[in-house]
Amino acid sequence: MSNSTVPRSRAEADEAQKTPVAAGGATGHGGARTSGKLSLRLRFRRDRVLLLMTLPAVLLVLLFNYVPILGNVVAFQDYDPYVSDNGVVSILHSPWVGLENFQRLFEDSAFWSAVQNTLVLFFLQLVLYFPIPILLALLINSVVRPRVRAVSQAILYLPHFFSWVLVIAVFQQLFGGAGILSQLLRQHGYDGIDIMTDPDTFRFLITAQSVWKDAGWGIIVFLAALASVNPDLYEAAAMDGANRWRRMWHVTLPALRPVIALLLVLRVGDALTVGFEQILLQRDAVGPGASEVLDTFVWWNGVRNQDFGYAAAAGLIKGVISLGLVLVANKVAHLMGEQGVYKK
Amino acid sequence: MTAVIDEPARTPGRWAAPPRPVWEERPSGAGLAGKGIALSFACLAILFPLWIVLVTSLSSRKTIDESGGLVMVPKGITFVAYRELLSGGQVTRAAVVSVLITLVGTLFSMSVSVLCAYGLSRSGSLGHRWILMILLATMFFSAGLIPTYLLVQSLGLTDTYLALILPSAISVFNILVLRGFFTGISQELIDSARIDGAGEFRILWQIVMPLSRAVLAVITLFYAVGYWSAWFNASLYLNDQDMMPLQNVMIQLVQKQEAPVGMGQAIKTGQLSALAVQMAVMVMALLPVAVLSPFVQKHFKKGMLTGAVKG
Repeated sequence: MSNSTVPRSRAEADEAQKTPVAAGGATGHGGARTSGKLSLRLRFRRDRVLLLMTLPAVLLVLLFNYVPILGNVVAFQDYDPYVSDNGVVSILHSPWVGLENFQRLFEDSAFWSAVQNTLVLFFLQLVLYFPIPILLALLINSVVRPRVRAVSQAILYLPHFFSWVLVIAVFQQLFGGAGILSQLLRQHGYDGIDIMTDPDTFRFLITAQSVWKDAGWGIIVFLAALASVNPDLYEAAAMDGANRWRRMWHVTLPALRPVIALLLVLRVGDALTVGFEQILLQRDAVGPGASEVLDTFVWWNGVRNQDFGYAAAAGLIKGVISLGLVLVANKVAHLMGEQGVYKK
Repeated sequence: MTAVIDEPARTPGRWAAPPRPVWEERPSGAGLAGKGIALSFACLAILFPLWIVLVTSLSSRKTIDESGGLVMVPKGITFVAYRELLSGGQVTRAAVVSVLITLVGTLFSMSVSVLCAYGLSRSGSLGHRWILMILLATMFFSAGLIPTYLLVQSLGLTDTYLALILPSAISVFNILVLRGFFTGISQELIDSARIDGAGEFRILWQIVMPLSRAVLAVITLFYAVGYWSAWFNASLYLNDQDMMPLQNVMIQLVQKQEAPVGMGQAIKTGQLSALAVQMAVMVMALLPVAVLSPFVQKHFKKGMLTGAVKG
């Protein structure tokens, strides 16, 4: 937003009258802002409506994002939910146990199995999911008829807006014991199969669901990168004798490279979070052995087993490692000259 | 761009390809076919399951039995499953709950987010960098499930619909997208409104918001879809089965294969196909999203891109 020369309120107007620089030459000096000359009190008076506008959102964020951080102290407690109906009162009355919860975690094979599942699912999604939106974007980008483009984009975006409950229900109708696939197999004299409850193939099922739901949505950012390529580059390449494949290799792909690198880095930062809702919904069908990830481990132990201190300890470990990963990923994104999650 | 000389002047149909630059090769038949097949495959992979769900929900019990389960070819359309579901009872109630939560929640989220985004959109305003930092920081960490659960419980929100709205009411990402768009609005316009005596609220309502229709539509859709699709908070914070929104009822009906309360008898006696009922619930869940999102589609890219300009 350009620097405004119009005073924002009486306060600023009065001040501008007094200071000739601000009144006369603010635009001429480019960076010389009138607000810089104002005292804090006057700036507050001038911006109080703006501050008031941000207040509800800030309060919500403080209450639901910052206050619960303090609640992580239950990780160091033998938290007793039955002391009181009120969680805060229970925290105050629960005994401190130091690092006992963490010690228990490290000796728990279920915890390590959850860690392993989380990492396996993350790597599988990275290898099998990540390239698909790029290929789809290249495909869509090569479609020149605007109608075909718009219609297929609308179809590809659609599943992103479905809930996980719906996506999993759809998969059940296709690949479940009573699904279309089993139905077809049985009609041709084979045994029906139920992919939805098979722990051995669960990780591929999860990846397939993610691809079905979000790969189409993932093309948006690549399409934007492709749209920003200067068409003269293609013409120049063609003049130099590059055929369509050479043009793709030397013009299109370099345009995508920064976006690919950035998304890759950010995804690594998010490594410990793999489809919580998606997996939780299928946990019962497949069994925790194959489906338990860190998030569902926390849910199971905390919400279901009421072992709050233990679950909070697992959540805290995950949170701290995730924070580290995100910070590192963001740093790497900056080093690559990208914006990352925030600007430096 | 190169002007096209050799193309004869004609009015292209809406499905026709735009004229091709002279230097570009004609696509080979095999190439076109390959692209067509790949794109059709991708689109069919999405549409085919939805088609089956829709057709089965509209099929009579006889058709479903004949096809041995799910129906692929429509034969004798009937709305019996929908009529049963919408004639009061568990699913009707859940659908009403979901619609209300979505409407109220989206309105609340949008109001708070638009206000906040506008409040932060003026460069040089007092404290806007600090507030931005407070909001941005939440993109890096999450407090964790257990402490959040304990907080919501301590606030006495358990078993109230507020528990489905307040904890997830705003998304910092959406605020950043809105703010990015608002900061792009010409300062001169806002200045002239101010000279005419408009206050901040009036500027937001009469100048900024009408200019931001595209991004407002996108963010409204994002929030609405979020509320419509949410089931986890309800499963955490609601104990009363009668309060459950549609997604949670869908889990019971489709995943756990339970018959809707009050309809078990009709299914047992063969008047109604349990499968058609399940599919009808799924259609109810996907319909609003499938109908609305294509209208907003052309703004997606713009909305997502303004989100990339942060800080």
